[in-house]
Amino acid sequence: MATTVQNPPRRSRLTWTWLGLVPFFLFAILFIFLPSASLFIDSFRTLDGGFTFANIAGLFQPPIPESYWLSIRVSAMTAVGGGLLGFFMAYALTVGNLPRWLRPVTLTFAGVASNFAGVPLAFAFISTLGRTGFVTVILRDLFGWNIYGAGFNLYSFIGLSVTYMYFQFPLMLLIMIPAIEGLKRDWREAAENLGASTFQYWWRVGLPILMPSLLGTMLLLFGNAFGAYATAYALTGGTLNLITIQIGAQMRGDVLRNPNLGYAMALGMVVIMAVTILGYSWLQRISERWLK
Amino acid sequence: MARRVSWFAWFWYVLGALYFIIPLWGTFVFSLQKERGTFSLAAYQSAFADPKFAETFLYSNVMAVLTIIFSLLLVVPTAYWVHLRVPRMRPVVEFITLMPFVIPAIVLVFGLIKTFSRPLTILGVTVLPPLTNSSLSTDFLLVAGYVVLSLPYMYRAVDNGLRAMDVGTLTEAAQSLGAGWGTILWRIILPNLRSALLSGALLTFAIVVGELTIATFLGRPAFGPYLALIGNHKVYEPAALAIVSFGLTWLAMGIIDRVTRGQGGTTTGAH
Repeated sequence: MATTVQNPPRRSRLTWTWLGLVPFFLFAILFIFLPSASLFIDSFRTLDGGFTFANIAGLFQPPIPESYWLSIRVSAMTAVGGGLLGFFMAYALTVGNLPRWLRPVTLTFAGVASNFAGVPLAFAFISTLGRTGFVTVILRDLFGWNIYGAGFNLYSFIGLSVTYMYFQFPLMLLIMIPAIEGLKRDWREAAENLGASTFQYWWRVGLPILMPSLLGTMLLLFGNAFGAYATAYALTGGTLNLITIQIGAQMRGDVLRNPNLGYAMALGMVVIMAVTILGYSWLQRISERWLK
Repeated sequence: MARRVSWFAWFWYVLGALYFIIPLWGTFVFSLQKERGTFSLAAYQSAFADPKFAETFLYSNVMAVLTIIFSLLLVVPTAYWVHLRVPRMRPVVEFITLMPFVIPAIVLVFGLIKTFSRPLTILGVTVLPPLTNSSLSTDFLLVAGYVVLSLPYMYRAVDNGLRAMDVGTLTEAAQSLGAGWGTILWRIILPNLRSALLSGALLTFAIVVGELTIATFLGRPAFGPYLALIGNHKVYEPAALAIVSFGLTWLAMGIIDRVTRGQGGTTTGAH
């Protein structure tokens, strides 16, 4: 961390230095905190303004729990699936002795893919795995295998998961490469001197050290998928009842017939996201003890 | 240590590489098939010929530029001031810039509409009229929302840039030569931040240009909602536009790669 020049603490100066941050805080209050606080407050209000827990209780009435659960399942599935693929790919690129030139190419690709989301990503998967998509047709015409007949459907849980994975695993890859490179050579040599095999080294030393970082990044991926709206909307047209889609429907036309229940639904999302991010930063701090 | 090629590493690498490439290749081939029995660029021609394409794309580009300008005006002086004078506020400012990771776009736009579709009153005094009434003020709200989304990337880029230089010494040197704050920021700090600002700006651009959620719910004629509409009505044009959009993302990331080479730090967005 760069050292910053600090003036000797003089009281009168100190009060003025705060003014420099006023525009930023004003913006944050107006466009982040005020909107969130207003959702928060009205989540605990009846339609005529009294205090109530009824909206929070309403979150546990169908169809809302199903929406949260579907979002959680898609996010968990793509966090674990994308996490594993990303981790093993990072492993391959760092200690797998692959040709050196693969690395910069793959990293650039991962940087692009992890930012390639939303409507265009949905289009790409429709063109590839949709009913008349490129891969669907090849599998059907060349291999006689109709994946839609076999139970695959792009516009469903599994299809959405496959699509989300496209931006999930590159993100894992980008974060895990520096983490794996943070493993000290000494540890490996020490393990080998004591007679450990490669597998034993990874199982007893490498993985336990990487575990907090691995789990933390998976939590990040979870949050990444949990908040996603555009990809899911463009892919399924709003037929898959994710919590983000449900909130979208509520905004379009008060489908719950209770605006305050809609606000509570948004509040529930923020709570889940906050827990996820807290878990991530906690694990991040643990992993920094070893990997610096 | 013996270096040998491992099938295990190859297996995972190839699997990942196929995951990268197949959808792109598939989309590309699909986009060429608008005319039966032959490969052609007809889908691209038809997609670009739609006047709505140019209109919405231009609109989103203007919004992206405004977002970048506002975000820079907000983030650069703040990050500079935190570095120079109030380093103990760093955790607070950092926390605020990370809020978009806790408040997803769909919740943010929900809150923005709820708060700004009626007059904003503080202690009974109206400080702001409803912003969703005219298209100009809704555009302002859209840009504000985009600035919020850009904060994590912009702040981190600028913060990394500031860490790489000696802010205190540069400022003192400029002050001793008689420079005011404006001159210091404009003539000393900004030029030193060039590559950081460019990468923050391009990442913001990549996030904003195709953004769907906020633009849709604010009802603005942006490129994201237009794309979603095309997806409902056309077959091959969406594939063509997906390829174009991938190319644009690639261009933005490629330039970031160039200008920030060797500075570390990954660039990636949230969805």
